[in-house]
Amino acid sequence: MAGGGSEETAAAPEALLRLDAVEVVYDHVISVLQGVSIAVPEGAIVALLGPNGAGKTTTLKAVSNLLRVERGEITGGEIHFRGERIDRLAPGDLVRRGIIQVMEGRRCFPHLTVHENLLTGSYTRKDGKAAVRADLDRVYGHFPALAERRRILAGFISGGEQQMLAIGRALMSRPAMVLLDEPSMGLAPQVVARIFSEVRQLNREEGVTFLLAEQNANVALGVADFGYIMDSGQIALEGTAAELRDNPAVREHYLGLSRAADAGPDEGGHVG
Amino acid sequence: MEFLWDFFVAPFLDMIEYPVFLGEVAISGLLTGVMYSLVALGFVLIFKASQVFNFAQGAMVLFAALTLVGLMEHGLPVWGALPVTALIMVGLAFVIERGMLRPLINQPPITLFMATIGLTFLLEGAGEWAWGSNVKALDLGIPNSPVDVGGMLLNEFDMIAALVAAVLVAVLALLFQHTPMGRALRAVADDPQAALSLGISLRTIWIIVWSVAGIVAIVAGIMWGAKSGVQFSLSLIALKALPVLILGGLTSVPGAIVGGLIIGLGEKVAEVYWGPVIGGAIENWFAYMLAMLVLMFRPQGLFGEKIIERV
Repeated sequence: MAGGGSEETAAAPEALLRLDAVEVVYDHVISVLQGVSIAVPEGAIVALLGPNGAGKTTTLKAVSNLLRVERGEITGGEIHFRGERIDRLAPGDLVRRGIIQVMEGRRCFPHLTVHENLLTGSYTRKDGKAAVRADLDRVYGHFPALAERRRILAGFISGGEQQMLAIGRALMSRPAMVLLDEPSMGLAPQVVARIFSEVRQLNREEGVTFLLAEQNANVALGVADFGYIMDSGQIALEGTAAELRDNPAVREHYLGLSRAADAGPDEGGHVG
Repeated sequence: MEFLWDFFVAPFLDMIEYPVFLGEVAISGLLTGVMYSLVALGFVLIFKASQVFNFAQGAMVLFAALTLVGLMEHGLPVWGALPVTALIMVGLAFVIERGMLRPLINQPPITLFMATIGLTFLLEGAGEWAWGSNVKALDLGIPNSPVDVGGMLLNEFDMIAALVAAVLVAVLALLFQHTPMGRALRAVADDPQAALSLGISLRTIWIIVWSVAGIVAIVAGIMWGAKSGVQFSLSLIALKALPVLILGGLTSVPGAIVGGLIIGLGEKVAEVYWGPVIGGAIENWFAYMLAMLVLMFRPQGLFGEKIIERV
């Protein structure tokens, strides 16, 4: 388990992030992921879809190594980022390498101002105040609503603004890759649409790679290049976003398009 | 009837009649309160940053004072013994993080609370093993004598102690509000897991707060030690900090300070004006009584952090 087997596998050398047969167990007994393999190419938006409890959040946390505080553990498989094995690194080391997670439920610091929240995102950076200030301006440029609220405690801004803040805060670490967990949760459809269009813009303009866990398959496949559908801790289906959108089984089970072409977003449940 | 008069009217008449005396009583109460605040502050810092209720805060005060006096007895001057003591307290923070917090990560709060009780015994034992268990005098060369301030007689040592405490609190507040590390600390206090996801190292934060709590313990230990001698009972002042915490709220730094001041002031005034009416010793129970009232009517404390919740 430790150390061994880190020879470079030849497959998919272009992938920025690669999970190979990752298994995760909670509390030593509860098996949550059973051999999940995912590849995220540099500059792509990859969606991780599936129902509540399918293992989407756990997959993201396996990458960002936030499992340990929840008594979770990777018991099998490997995770590589830019060809380097990363499944034993601390969250801080991962952030320094360019992987950062935006957790489900936004998780802004309620008693810090919007501005202070953004600054916490630059905690790991060593490139000086001027660079950080430039990135602050950049984030405020992407999310003008945050600029207006910069002196307000994050606990008092709206849910949509908190989601923007959570994404902006992650951007302050200058990530190569953002693991974005359930950004649509509890938000009105038009707010969701704004956030997803911002995600796409960040991806196109700044080349940020996204791995996106989302129950709302409709919206996610709208921006994603590639998608994986998870079920019970395994990858049930994978393909380009277009392929998944056209797949009859996906349309029926995940897009709710079998009867009427209704695109109303389904409410996100509250499961870690 | 006479009792009611003595209890409800006479004390206030006394206060109005001799305002200078009331001022003296009030200020000496506030000065004692400052020391309660300092001990409570150590609790609050650790609780906020790591959700650990540190029962050992009083033992840390004792340990710090014992170390300082012990070093001075071995011939070090105050200005030499102080930094060495500070280093030892920081070292202690490292040991606590490595030996207690890290192995017990993800354990329920009660487990950590029990661990801090263990730490209390360890610190008391270690302090006495290293420096002996007899009462030691701590002489800083500051006169413990009354001086005349605007017609009021105030204890010079108390005033200097309060000043030092005020400076310490102000410096801490500035650090927490305006430095990246302070911001990270407040972030961890709000949401440890979110802080972790941004690469903020919880271990670093824990070491820092336990170190700061150790430094605060030194200051508290010096003040109490210089007043009443460095002895085992110093670790019991932690008990006096509990009502301060209940009054001020467990998560509020301003609450710890104001709570300490209120209790210091309240118990002194109660003792002087109402003590004779009901037979004295009010100082011993006043704080706990006040804490009980707070628990009945405002359980989150006067300054308990508002829980910001949105739906």
